[in-house]
Amino acid sequence: MKLKKTTKQSFITILMVVVLYIAISVAKSGGLLTYSLKGQLVPICAYIILALSLNLTVGILGELSLGHAGFMSIGAFTGAVVSMSLTGEIASSLARLVIAIVCGAILAGIFGFIIGLPVLRLKGDYLAIVTLAFGEIIKTIINCVYIGKDSNGLRFSLENAEALGLAEGGKAIIKGPMGAVNISPISTFTVGFVLILITLAIIFTLVDSRAGRAIMAIRDNRIAAESVGIPITKYKMMAFVISAALAGAGGALYALNYSTIVPTQFNYNTSILILVYVVLGGIGNMRGSVISATILVLLPELLRAVEKYRMLVYAVVLIVVMIITNNKKAKLFIANIFAKITSPIRKRIKMKHAHETDEKEEA
Amino acid sequence: MTFLNHLINGISLGSVYAIIALGYTMVYGIAKMLNFAHGDVIMVGGFVSFLTVSSAGVPAIVSVLISMAVCTVLGVLIERLAYKPLRGAPSLAVLITAIGVSYFLQNAAQLLWGSDSKVFTSVVPFNSISLAGGKLVITPESIVTVSACIVIMVALTLFTAKTKMGKAMRAVSEDKGAAQLMGINVNSTISVTFAIGSALAAIAGILLCSAYPTLSPTTGSMPGIKAFTAAVFGGIGSIPGAMLGGILLGIIEIFSKAYISTELSDAIVFAVLILVLLVKPEGLLGRHVREKV
Amino acid sequence: MLPCDTFPYFGINLKEYIMKKVLSLVLAAVMLMGIITLSGCGAKDSNTIRIGGIGPLTGGAAAYGNAVKNGAEIALEEINALDELSFDFEFKFEDDEHSPEKADNAYNALRDWEMHILLGTVTTTPCLAVAPKTFAERVFTITPSASSPEVIEGKDNVFQVCFSDPGQGTASAKYIAENAMATKIAVIYKNDDAYSTGIYEAFKAEAERLDLEIVSTTTFTTDTASDFSVQIGDAKANGAELVFLPIYYEPASLILSQAKSADYAPVFFGVDGMDGILSLKGFDKSLAEGVHLLTPFSADSEDAKIKSFVTKYQEKHGEIPNQFAADAYDAMYAIYEAVKKSGVTPDMSAEDMCDKLSEAMTQIQINGLTGAGSALTWNEKGEVSKAPMAVVIKDGVYVGK
Repeated sequence: MKLKKTTKQSFITILMVVVLYIAISVAKSGGLLTYSLKGQLVPICAYIILALSLNLTVGILGELSLGHAGFMSIGAFTGAVVSMSLTGEIASSLARLVIAIVCGAILAGIFGFIIGLPVLRLKGDYLAIVTLAFGEIIKTIINCVYIGKDSNGLRFSLENAEALGLAEGGKAIIKGPMGAVNISPISTFTVGFVLILITLAIIFTLVDSRAGRAIMAIRDNRIAAESVGIPITKYKMMAFVISAALAGAGGALYALNYSTIVPTQFNYNTSILILVYVVLGGIGNMRGSVISATILVLLPELLRAVEKYRMLVYAVVLIVVMIITNNKKAKLFIANIFAKITSPIRKRIKMKHAHETDEKEEA
Repeated sequence: MTFLNHLINGISLGSVYAIIALGYTMVYGIAKMLNFAHGDVIMVGGFVSFLTVSSAGVPAIVSVLISMAVCTVLGVLIERLAYKPLRGAPSLAVLITAIGVSYFLQNAAQLLWGSDSKVFTSVVPFNSISLAGGKLVITPESIVTVSACIVIMVALTLFTAKTKMGKAMRAVSEDKGAAQLMGINVNSTISVTFAIGSALAAIAGILLCSAYPTLSPTTGSMPGIKAFTAAVFGGIGSIPGAMLGGILLGIIEIFSKAYISTELSDAIVFAVLILVLLVKPEGLLGRHVREKV
Repeated sequence: MLPCDTFPYFGINLKEYIMKKVLSLVLAAVMLMGIITLSGCGAKDSNTIRIGGIGPLTGGAAAYGNAVKNGAEIALEEINALDELSFDFEFKFEDDEHSPEKADNAYNALRDWEMHILLGTVTTTPCLAVAPKTFAERVFTITPSASSPEVIEGKDNVFQVCFSDPGQGTASAKYIAENAMATKIAVIYKNDDAYSTGIYEAFKAEAERLDLEIVSTTTFTTDTASDFSVQIGDAKANGAELVFLPIYYEPASLILSQAKSADYAPVFFGVDGMDGILSLKGFDKSLAEGVHLLTPFSADSEDAKIKSFVTKYQEKHGEIPNQFAADAYDAMYAIYEAVKKSGVTPDMSAEDMCDKLSEAMTQIQINGLTGAGSALTWNEKGEVSKAPMAVVIKDGVYVGK
């Protein structure tokens, strides 16, 4: 069976995720994982999904977005509201989690559409700054939102918790700047893993489809794409909305892993953080995003040993990695060192192959 | 009268944004990169001035000069070590590096000078001017900031229009390759741009801290983002645009706080920015570049 | 010969191929290192009680976390020097960057260190993420400064050393009404902060009950905490005689200086977050003349204990301690007293200690730095009972009222 090259690559990526999942699950059930690592599993899944979804916008659609945390925030708060308001109605926490993730994705997708309408008319740095602006607007507005639930259903206010006018026995779910409090943490590593697979499947199917080729054509040359009759807005919107919806799903998964989330968490720094995962993993490279998100979520935790220097070290690592991977001289320098170390091995391989070819020729 | 007061406060806040935005726009225009670390250079400028005044006891004006010198060296160093190796790399790689530099400066400042905030002593030694029986108050800081902003803008405009270096900068900003062919040293031109931008950052830092006298390692980050917004608002790469964008942003911020809502002021500022960019995608005074097929 | 692409070592892309290999090797090494560091807890001293601390050491809220860390360490040294028990205490503080996510990580890292008792977290929002876990996993928790009532609500093993936010808001409104300080009041609070919003809401409710008129309510956020001209202008235009500031001292110092520039001189009234304003480096103390605040701690006190604490703190860190440091100091002593009372020993697990300590906690009383000379006691809900002190700033020092 001969697979297409892209299909093969996608397959390897999915296989990698599955193998990692199985390995970690085995280690977990064997009690080999520390609290620290166990606590990181769901956030890692959530950040992988966020990195993948942003990579769809940055790598496949080719537009720089600096407001991805806004979609994450919408997904997170939607997820929290849905999960908390269904607590009495649906007993199974897994069902609640799934509904919360789906609702988070849908609402984030809707916002993606609304925001995409103006944003996608712009280009380059202007588009970037407008996404940043939308991210900040979402943060500021959620910071003023109060949502509560009583026997009459959900209630909503922009003033304060009392303005909700909750009936007896009602409770406030989102309390403006205090965010969502007393969430029951129901996210699990397995759901996170399945969500990564779904995300990868959606992105790979999209990239490999007619629509995906159209999107990439727009990225590579908008004018040429337009001239052959590709509807630019439709395809751009498609990628943007899918990206937003996936970010919403990731946000819901993230939120339901903690007892509390606050609107200010999802600020511009978080958007940048996700962008760093994407760029470090390779723009447009989904496998890279999975790997870099995993490592960069773990890295600050690993650096806890150096305590107060850890964010400084993180910054230096970031700069050095960017220079090494993007500077020709630095690349060559490292490659030369590596070549020197490995030259004896290479010689041996060379000789062995020379023998083999000789033998073949003789035969 | 309250309207006038708000207007004055808005212009004063806007001038601070404008000076920071000038630095952003200079670097963007020539190096075509978003220098996210600019806000943190501002913070360093503030700290240097604070330390020289409070610990070494030098006069305010000397501290301004020292701070400018330190920031200039810092700016050139950052450019040499972090950005120069990435010349020709994808713009996103440069962006991430700039973010790395920003994290680095913030955390280094925290280790060096502590995380607690300091109260900055204003470098402007005058009292507020009270008009109309105390109803209209103008602070000396706002007068100095506004005048500094105008002086800097005029100086920069003349510099880029008249001097040899300024012309080289414009040439590099227009077309790096062609400029190099004409014998312009692109690398040193970019270094000079960073030097000027960082010296401006030092002035901006001192004026920011004089007007709003608090200083901590994160002081520069939010004004940095706002000023970046202002630069885009006015048309990034345009010197008068940065000034106009900054001042308008300040006025919009104060007015939306005063007349609409203090809770939502930031949302309103950003919403106005989005509206402007939709109507005029190149910013207020930006040049419209035609797409070539 | 072999074609180039079947064996890239001999191809043109040699360098790039090697580059990729190097990168993946580096990445693998990082991961391996990670797993080793994460699992490598090392041998623990079996004869110490391990107290973990969580708070922001980096980022915008770092000042509070560092103050708590320093204050707790001073108490720890004193306690270990007392030698009253057959074992010592060990203290390890982890950074949470004032984020619930990082606080959760910090908590897990401390669990790997086999922490017995948690002193933390410093700030409210991270505490709301950690306290439910310490409740579920049975780790005795005492927070020096996370002041929202939700932190302790329904958790038998979580205790607060500070006043609760609503408690402060109500007490402030009562104090203002009882002393007839003003009839027209303005409030400036930070609306992206749980602490400030919590105090404001309780203050507003109590003010309505006591017929105090709030003529101006304005807000700011972390992002807009520099220009207060509009907020001050609004209070001035509405003729407020008193401005209530349920905020921390850094923005408060800006409000004071900008009010002076605007020729506006009402009475300013703060809460415990205002403490520390006089020790701000470079702060013009004359600006704070006449500021009233309700606070449990004052570094200028003549109390011998406070004096010794302030001297030690200054020697070590070159700063005057604020209420965060004092609360942490008291929290450490509360842990010590609870350990003594309950008779727990280092060989017990955190789960076994938890119930005993929680029970002992309601029986002890300590004479700490906070509480204006009165003893600190705790009820079963985890609330502290201590007397707030009303102080006014005169000639650059706090004067008790």
